[in-house]
Amino acid sequence: MDIKKQKSTLRKNDMYWGYLFIAPTLLGLLIFYIFPVFQTFFYSFNDWGDFGSYSWSGLENYEEMFANPEIWDSFRNTLIYAFVMVPISIAISIIVAVLLNQKIKGLTFYRTLFFLPVVTMPAAIGMIWKWLYNADYGIINHILGWFSIPGPDWLTDPNWVLISIIIVGTWGAIGTNMVILLSGLQGIPKSLYEAASLDGAGPTYSFFKITLPLLSPTIFFVAVISFISAFQVFDFIFMMVSPTNPAIDSAQSVIYLFYHYAFVIGEKGIAAAIAFVLFLVILVLTILQFRLQKRWVHYE
Amino acid sequence: MRRVWGIIILLGFLIAVSACSQEEDATADGDSTITYAYWDKNQEDMLKGIVQEFNQEYPNIHVKLELTPYDQYFTKLDAAATGGGLPDVFWMNGPNFVKYASNDMLEPINEYIEEDNLDLSPYPEGLLGLYQYEKTTYALPKDYDTVGLWYNKELFDKAGVSYPDETWKWEDLVDASKKLTNPDKDIYGVAAYIQDAQASYFNTILANNGYVISEDKKESGFDDPNTIEGLQKYHDLIHKHEVSPTHAQMETTEAASMFESGKVAMLFQASYMIPQFKANEYTNANVDVALLPEMKKRANVIHGLGNVIAKNSANKAAAWEFVKFLSSEKAATMQAESGIIPAYEGTQDAWLKSTPNFNLQAFLDMAEVAEPYPVSKDTDKWSSIIQDNLAKAWSGQMTVEEASEVIDKEMEKVLEEE
Repeated sequence: MDIKKQKSTLRKNDMYWGYLFIAPTLLGLLIFYIFPVFQTFFYSFNDWGDFGSYSWSGLENYEEMFANPEIWDSFRNTLIYAFVMVPISIAISIIVAVLLNQKIKGLTFYRTLFFLPVVTMPAAIGMIWKWLYNADYGIINHILGWFSIPGPDWLTDPNWVLISIIIVGTWGAIGTNMVILLSGLQGIPKSLYEAASLDGAGPTYSFFKITLPLLSPTIFFVAVISFISAFQVFDFIFMMVSPTNPAIDSAQSVIYLFYHYAFVIGEKGIAAAIAFVLFLVILVLTILQFRLQKRWVHYE
Repeated sequence: MRRVWGIIILLGFLIAVSACSQEEDATADGDSTITYAYWDKNQEDMLKGIVQEFNQEYPNIHVKLELTPYDQYFTKLDAAATGGGLPDVFWMNGPNFVKYASNDMLEPINEYIEEDNLDLSPYPEGLLGLYQYEKTTYALPKDYDTVGLWYNKELFDKAGVSYPDETWKWEDLVDASKKLTNPDKDIYGVAAYIQDAQASYFNTILANNGYVISEDKKESGFDDPNTIEGLQKYHDLIHKHEVSPTHAQMETTEAASMFESGKVAMLFQASYMIPQFKANEYTNANVDVALLPEMKKRANVIHGLGNVIAKNSANKAAAWEFVKFLSSEKAATMQAESGIIPAYEGTQDAWLKSTPNFNLQAFLDMAEVAEPYPVSKDTDKWSSIIQDNLAKAWSGQMTVEEASEVIDKEMEKVLEEE
């Protein structure tokens, strides 16, 4: 028998085993992620009726979506949110991670403290911050009052509402980022720091010349997932800002509008169109990030 | 690989088939089983009691109670309707009713009513009207909620203003509010909120001879001068008379919370707030309720649940007997005792006695001047248009007239597409 042929049957056999092992994950992915993507794409060209009925409507959903000024507002809000929140939260996370990578007292306590928002339900986070932000009876304005600073209407003033949302988003994102960055920090060899200090480098110098460059692959990973989740921000905004809020136009995110179309007024076709456009935006942004990584990410 | 899948699928079928046959076993020998779907956990015990009573008269009809929390109730029901597996009997509310009736999901009950010579006079007319679609009746009323004027006796006494009563006109409410408002202490005469349409501006629209949606459900009432004036008068409480907290304030702190903490002296609220005001020590001791003041007339919206039968139910006869029993005098009395206003007139005494320190009679009197909660097939679509635009008027971004104009235009577009 031809050796080449024998080899290829062997490889084929191996391949089947390979497929078998990835089957559970692959199936889950196909059923719950990949298939719905195509389904959403299909639904975005259909007019949704009662009880699951739908009819082909061409580009109508997209036309109606872009004719609504709220969609532009919501994309603007989401972009501002993502581009302000992600850099700030990553910067803070790096500082926190570096600090919590030292040998200090109560290390586990601090790490738990910073990770706590991650394991808290977003709905609960929204409720608590809504109380803190309350313009008349909230703690924040109460404390500002001690210093005779008139606190703003955090959640109902169009100029403040997005800032309030960014604060909550940043606070909530630090935990996850910190844990990932910590694991990255622990992968940096101690010997490098020792060598640097022998050569007379101070902590600041080591941070910028050793820590940051060697942490950059982790930072890149954190940036990619942070942007993706920032573009999908919804739950705590939904809890803090109701549809009758006077500042709603400056607060609602793309997914907030998606929720309105899909579950409040039952226009699932338009909702699918919104979801699809958002998917494209995230896709383009992620590709861009991968392109740009060559300029700042150092792989060992 | 293929064989493994074959076995799994086969097993699946076997389980499904055996599950089906099990269900059929239960309904053998002349008995029938019907399912009854509802969403309020608080009513579970009371409903179980009603089923027990029902079984004394109809021992052959088994009723399976199916509780789904409200947040998932209509999502689940929608899916069940799509798949043809609706429960035999289930709770229905106004905003969802037309969608189900117009899609032929519900069994019309006119003929059953005629056949049994059922007397409909004990049920409030506004409530029966809520569950009629194209002159056909689909539900018997279960319970209802109307709206009253809640007031804080303590604040009235302090300001030396006499309590609201049945002689009150809108101007009396405005005058009293002016006297009650005390900006230094952050106390307001009234809360002109819009977050809950049923309890708030729907009532001033109706009392001013306006309407939200025309009877044939084809036209919006927001181009009617009476409707706009009804909204304007309510809006004036904030922007002209300045006797109400601002919209932004009520967006951060709910109007009902302000009322409960003694910051607001008067509040339009529905009877569904009774348990909350009763549970709060302060309001339980210090507040009471009166009729809504008269504008061009006295009016308010009534909303209540109805028991409906699924069109594709296999046991329609049994389902009808159960629906009839659920709205009977006996079942109504049991509901009244549990603290819910029953729809059956004359059985409400037990309910009145359940909270003697509030003048609950006001809600029964309001039922007599009540109009059905406004609905159409796509209620949710235009409700959200009304809310969004009124919010802009209430926060001062546009006038009431401008908002009404936008609402009228957009709402009619929705109604046209229905």
